[in-house]
Amino acid sequence: MSGQGVDPVSSPITGLKTQEDARQESTGASFLGAMIAVLWKDLAAEMRSREVVSAMLVFSILVIVIFNFALELDPQVRASVTSGILWVTLVFAGTLGLNRSMAIEKDRGCLDGLLLAPVDRTAIYFGKALGNWLFMLIVAAIILPLYSLLYNANLLLGGLILVILLGTVGYTAVGTLLSAMAVQARTRDILLPILLFPVVIPALIASVKASSGYLQGLEMVDIQPWLNLLIAYDAIFIAAAFMVFDFVVEE
Amino acid sequence: MPAKSRVLPVLDWISLVLVLAATGMVFFYAPTEEVMGLVQKVFYFHVASAWVGMLGFGVALVAGIAYLRTANPKWDQIELAAVEVGIVYLLITIIVGSIWAKPIWNTWWTWDPRLTTATVMELVYAAYLMLRAGIEDTERRARFAAVYTILGFISVPLTFLSIRIFRTIHPVVIGSGDPTATGTFAMTPKMLQTFMFSLFVFSVLFVDLIWHRIRLGRLADTVEQLKLRLSQ
Repeated sequence: MSGQGVDPVSSPITGLKTQEDARQESTGASFLGAMIAVLWKDLAAEMRSREVVSAMLVFSILVIVIFNFALELDPQVRASVTSGILWVTLVFAGTLGLNRSMAIEKDRGCLDGLLLAPVDRTAIYFGKALGNWLFMLIVAAIILPLYSLLYNANLLLGGLILVILLGTVGYTAVGTLLSAMAVQARTRDILLPILLFPVVIPALIASVKASSGYLQGLEMVDIQPWLNLLIAYDAIFIAAAFMVFDFVVEE
Repeated sequence: MPAKSRVLPVLDWISLVLVLAATGMVFFYAPTEEVMGLVQKVFYFHVASAWVGMLGFGVALVAGIAYLRTANPKWDQIELAAVEVGIVYLLITIIVGSIWAKPIWNTWWTWDPRLTTATVMELVYAAYLMLRAGIEDTERRARFAAVYTILGFISVPLTFLSIRIFRTIHPVVIGSGDPTATGTFAMTPKMLQTFMFSLFVFSVLFVDLIWHRIRLGRLADTVEQLKLRLSQ
């Protein structure tokens, strides 16, 4: 990424030579520190406002209720569509959270403040992504037992939880990066799902297939290829986001 | 104003003659397939336009990476041109494939892995155009577009591999595929020659079209600059 960082002379925010130096010096420990600081900031803000998680949660429950009527969820239908419903719910709720998480940074110039901090910018990215991932997991942790209760089915399986962990990692890795792009566009409210869904479809297909494999009690041989695809997807997109995040927030 | 290259009109004529020659070869040189009959002739241009589509997205990926490394607007123009040509050719592939599928699979469309991944690929690049439309600042637009071509490119190898790793009814002509696929056939030497020639012709056509599109992009930039100068 040499030569692609903020040029201290031509940058509108001038006089930051020392910041650039500090950024180069910052390594290992401070990377982790910065990441945790960003994550902590998001968690603290969420603890006080309870905006994002509650919105995602209410939305998820609404989606499940709508599916209930749209698909006439009698026990036979349910067996085959549960994993699909679960993932559609998570993915739609996820875009709400992703949009909000970047919009609050952009609205009052918080993002610029964050970027001024003398830390590696990818640390900011990973902090935000970890926060988004946690929010999605919190939502999943509530809707899984809720769905089990409402439909008298046990969704609290180890395998399914593993798939949710893996699937949401890839989803938030791409989502955080794309939401950072979407908030800087004129069409910010509508852009994120349009950008995100086509890119995330491979992970979504793998997640749905693996989840329904666990729910229907298939052999591990049938589930393993989908898990492999998910892991490959996660690795590819975490690496890609790590490499390109600098270009997304560059001013 | 950038002058039109002398080579470009020549290339236009070469492309036209080559496309006519390829069409002639498809109808008069290549033998008619025994089981499927005339409709199988769609195959030559179906695969050739899929190749151009994927080539376009590949060129866009390379241009996107080059833009992020150099910040030279030239690469942004190449990237946009390649994506636009790719989208059009992928759409042609899908439409032509439907025409082939109707008599052979007895349906215009089926949610087969290959058809699904190809649709997703088309949607990725449609989203790319929407991303560009949503950003006014040219430098930022170029940067975000380059990032998105890198992320979206995953749909291309996935589409290419989809018929090789999943169970599918889409035939694999090059390499070995699922033997249960419907519409598979073995190519005779004359078919193979026609097929290879179609690939070559469409590649020439791709170069010609992308060249025109890059030139159009440059002209549009020049017009923008002239407008700016007028308003000052």
